[in-house]
Amino acid sequence: MIETILSNLALIIGTTLMYSTPLIYTSLGGVLSENSGVINIGLEGMMVIGAFAGAAIGYFVGDPWIAFIGAGIAGGLFGLLHAFACVTFGANQVVSGIAVNFLGAGIALFLSRMFFEGATMTKSIALDNKMPRPLNGVFPDGSLLKIIFDNQYATVYLAFFMVLIIWFFMYKTKYGLRLRSVGEHPTAADTLGISVMRIRYFAVIMSGVFAGFGGAAMSLAIVSNFRPTLISGHGFIALAAMIFGKWKPQGALLACLLFGGAQGLAVFLGQFDFEISTQLISMLPYVITIVVLIGFVGKSAAPSADGIPYEKEHKY
Amino acid sequence: MKLTFKDLRKKIYIFATEKTIGFTLISIFLGLVVGAIFLAAAGFNPFQAYGIILRGIFSKPSYISYTIVRATPLILTGLSVAFAFKTGLFNIGAEGQFIIGSVVATATGYFLHLPLLIHIPVVIISAVFAAGIWGGIAGYFKAKFGVHEVISTIMLNWIALYFQNFLIYTEGFQKPGGETSYSIQPTANMMILKTWKQSEAGREWLLQHPFWKDLLRTPLNWGFLIAVLMAILVWFILNKTALGYRLRAVGFNKFAAEYGGINVNKNMIISMFIAGGLAGLAGALQVVGVSHKVTLIAAMEGYGFDGIAVALIANSSAMGCILAGLLFGALKYGGAKIQPFMQAPSEVISIVIGSIVFFISIPKLIKVILSRKNKKGGSK
Repeated sequence: MIETILSNLALIIGTTLMYSTPLIYTSLGGVLSENSGVINIGLEGMMVIGAFAGAAIGYFVGDPWIAFIGAGIAGGLFGLLHAFACVTFGANQVVSGIAVNFLGAGIALFLSRMFFEGATMTKSIALDNKMPRPLNGVFPDGSLLKIIFDNQYATVYLAFFMVLIIWFFMYKTKYGLRLRSVGEHPTAADTLGISVMRIRYFAVIMSGVFAGFGGAAMSLAIVSNFRPTLISGHGFIALAAMIFGKWKPQGALLACLLFGGAQGLAVFLGQFDFEISTQLISMLPYVITIVVLIGFVGKSAAPSADGIPYEKEHKY
Repeated sequence: MKLTFKDLRKKIYIFATEKTIGFTLISIFLGLVVGAIFLAAAGFNPFQAYGIILRGIFSKPSYISYTIVRATPLILTGLSVAFAFKTGLFNIGAEGQFIIGSVVATATGYFLHLPLLIHIPVVIISAVFAAGIWGGIAGYFKAKFGVHEVISTIMLNWIALYFQNFLIYTEGFQKPGGETSYSIQPTANMMILKTWKQSEAGREWLLQHPFWKDLLRTPLNWGFLIAVLMAILVWFILNKTALGYRLRAVGFNKFAAEYGGINVNKNMIISMFIAGGLAGLAGALQVVGVSHKVTLIAAMEGYGFDGIAVALIANSSAMGCILAGLLFGALKYGGAKIQPFMQAPSEVISIVIGSIVFFISIPKLIKVILSRKNKKGGSK
């Protein structure tokens, strides 16, 4: 009895890790951008282009890591576009982000049709060319660790490592302090000789890179190709997780895990022949998120200068 | 001659930078240019593609009718987002409110048996009310618990989607053997001349009048007129009533509004209720006018997200939403035709729309480009 419970629990933990991973990368991207003072509602579009680039490069080149990095670069290019509008031209950041969403989806599908004989779905990557599973076959059969880690792709471990890196960068290095100061009070940061522009460009481009990673964590690991409905809303959920996690990397991680956990639970419950419909179970992650937000989180506090374009010659 | 040319440039500069409509038109033009560049880079003739799109929108009465039918829900979801914008809220939830509207419209349209003239209003009003509540929930969460409306509406979208799918698999609502619901009763059908079109006399008459035959083979319905009336109503509420004044005050400066004695929380809920109702109306009209039922949805259909683009292109003006919705509907309907005719990816339309929105986000860029040209013109 206890053994069944434990192995079921291990199964849920396993799916939780799997589903959380793309969200973790993407919400880290959101954390970077918004802490520097640029709202990034375009995460969805950046994730879509990353998922496409990952799947396409993975198919043509055959190396998952080159594909993963390529996905980051593709996402970064869209970050550059967003930064160009928001930092250089003081754009309305929400509007620019919405534009990035349309452009990301449009360009991904356009390119897919060009490179895959008119199909909006890329050809599947060969099983050997997908992300490796580092702990596959390491644990003995039947052990709980095997249930949790056997099928996890390298992207999962990397995601957690990235949270650590971003946390260290933001709170333990001077560059991180600069980034946060630019997001809190750009004028003061500017007075101290910090280039608001350069830091915001860096942060927004990096947010695209991470969102691109998030997309590739989907198309190179969880599945092995790109299709139009693959991302459908995950970027927005990552955005929500970032806000939910109070604009902090560790908070975003927990929010993503909560969401992935609810989804893992939904998948787990879905395998039984319940009276409850699978459709209702699929609602679970979203309902739980709202309930948690109402009950435990309270008012969220964005960086003070989040969303406000900075102009050097701005007069007060 | 040279002087007039310079004057012209100056006029363009003023038109493009100081008048919103001029600036929007230039953004639309630039968006089309970006689309053309993508097509050309992929080896397609952009002029041919845009020619097909234009002919695909205007060359037949039925094409124009389809364009209007396509534009109708976008005008309304655009109004929904624009209304929320005007009151300082970001309604990403038009998507889910649309779904609730269409589900409730299908349910009341199928289960209720009412006379013709009563059934349609009952269907529409119940759908609008339900979707209004769906939107109002997000407003309530924000007012009461400080939950960011962006998160709650994103979550509510998904809950609505699975709710629709749940109902479709429910016995009594699901049409046996299919992943769709039953169709609504004929009394709830709002298609123009629906029964006459299929009657013998009607068919005979239409055979002799090819223009009307072509026009009426489309799901042309009263929805577009209702959408236009709604735009006028939204404009009126926002600009000519005390309620609109309060809502805009909250959107403009929450703290000042509160100081002025306006109940900020109450107005946020009202605003989200109205925004939800507008998006729900879009879903209801889609059901009574076009689809007559709801089907299983695997992913977001995009009515709400497209509505965000419509609102942005319209600069959140109610009247602008009509034009932006028509533009969007036309591009989507006509744009789909380049795929079969020249094997060019119809997704170029998303690139065009994205680029238009992008240029709209950066009025400064156009100012800089034009002022540089002006300077060059001056120094010559």
